Amino acid sequence: MKRTISILIANPLSLLGVVLVATVVLSALFADFIAPFPEHRGAVVDFANFNKAPEWPYIMGTDLVGRDIFSRILYAYRISLILGVVVLAIAVPIGVTVGLVAGYFGGWTEYVLMRITDIFLSIPPLVLAMSIMGVLEPTLANGMLAVTVMWWPWYTRLVYNITRSEREEGYVLAAEVIGASPLHVIFREILPNCVPAVVTKMTLDLGFVILIASSLSFLGLGVQPPTPDLGSMVADGAKYLPDSWWLTVFPGLAILVAVFGFNLIGDALRDILGADQ
Amino acid sequence: MSRPLLDIRDLTLGFKGWTGFTEVLHGISLNIQQGERVALVGESGSGKSVTARIVLGMLQSLRSARIGGTVEFDGRDLAQMSRTERQRLRGTRISMIFQDPTSSLNPVYRIGTQFHEVLKREVPNFSYQDAMGRAAEILREVSIVDAERILSSYPFQLSGGMNQRVMIAMALANEPDLLLADEPGTALDVTVQAQTLDLMRGLVEQHNTAVLFISHNLGVVREFADRVYVIYKGRIVEHGPTTALFDNPRHPYTRALMMAVPRLTGGGVPDISDDASAFSAPLVDHLAGESSA
Repeated sequence: MKRTISILIANPLSLLGVVLVATVVLSALFADFIAPFPEHRGAVVDFANFNKAPEWPYIMGTDLVGRDIFSRILYAYRISLILGVVVLAIAVPIGVTVGLVAGYFGGWTEYVLMRITDIFLSIPPLVLAMSIMGVLEPTLANGMLAVTVMWWPWYTRLVYNITRSEREEGYVLAAEVIGASPLHVIFREILPNCVPAVVTKMTLDLGFVILIASSLSFLGLGVQPPTPDLGSMVADGAKYLPDSWWLTVFPGLAILVAVFGFNLIGDALRDILGADQ
Repeated sequence: MSRPLLDIRDLTLGFKGWTGFTEVLHGISLNIQQGERVALVGESGSGKSVTARIVLGMLQSLRSARIGGTVEFDGRDLAQMSRTERQRLRGTRISMIFQDPTSSLNPVYRIGTQFHEVLKREVPNFSYQDAMGRAAEILREVSIVDAERILSSYPFQLSGGMNQRVMIAMALANEPDLLLADEPGTALDVTVQAQTLDLMRGLVEQHNTAVLFISHNLGVVREFADRVYVIYKGRIVEHGPTTALFDNPRHPYTRALMMAVPRLTGGGVPDISDDASAFSAPLVDHLAGESSA
């Protein structure tokens, strides 16, 4: 742990990642205290101050119905993070289990499971998510579902490949020799050896999940108004570029900060966990 | 002669693949008495390791494998046993040591944890504390003094020789009747190999464990085994007590195998004739007529 922290701090880029992610997470957690206009997260209308360029107290300007953009970004972070965490919390266990089972048993099991995975992988991710959202109602829960469905196959592929190589390792054979059941071998022997790769990918993915969820809501298929969402904020403002640039630029920057931060941490984790092996 | 602990009769093994049926073992007969050390010697691909896997019951579950003949352990036919029964034998009454000790231990668990797993095979509710005590005891038998440090280490923190000792200790932890040693220590350098083999030999003598020693290293086999089977292309070609077989190798293949060992005294790499037709000569059994086990 101590070593992990010192590595994180020694590398300026990782440190930047930590700072960015900490900023995002903290502003999401404490949105209620930081936001100058907490009530603006909802359906509030203030036509006296609509479409204002950044000026005190609206440090990032106001949107077309007079809501503070800064406050709305803080609450949008909250939604994005919840979405990212929930999607990964569902997609990773499913993807990892399918990968482990396919890699361990081989034969027909592998054939069937991996071909199903390939089918999911062969559809462009955004198209798949869009078609799911097109069928379902555009709500936050369905948005999560759509992103989850397109996300798990990547973990299956990753874990499948690791399992295939670990399966031939001596310790797996040794475990089988002393009479370990397949379940034990899969989850107690092989799974721990997949953890570094999976954790690294999860950190990287958190950023990408936020990005893809934003893309969905940019297309009007994600979180619905008045709930603040970075993607739909960018979409709404895009019509008024370049005059009302703050409508688009600040939510866009907010997405960039989150994705960039998680990516930097993911890279750092790859170095740290890779060095242990 | 008493009933052998392991009795393999006319064992055949084939694999069904895309291109048809490939037979790997063409009828192997082999037996091991209680407490006896038997070596199975042969070149790569001759069928040594698959024989061990069949004894462990690990190929029976493979769908493409076709197994004929009988393998009896302690008077019971392995093929008649259920999957769970075979599984129960492994790690308790039959145990195994592998070529590469370092890769045989899971890199993500401490040695102590892995020892605990092994001991739990015999006594399912063995507590961690008790297991560590017992593990330290066994580790002392393989001349590891600072057992505490070893038990709290990860496999990659230890040397190959240490890992090999740990493997031997684990394999013998549950006092098995039969130990399968599949080219133990081949991945180690010769001095360490000699040390660990010496330890292993002492231990199996002390515990009266039967050993099936699989190797291509004739020097090691000569020192270790009571009886030797020479296997070539899935057939046993010569069988006899170690001294008789080494002093008077009668099968052309055995002779070629012994010739192929480079001498320490120099003389270059031995020439090996490309003509292998004589190697298919029938089985030479030094014990034929003396006993019919």
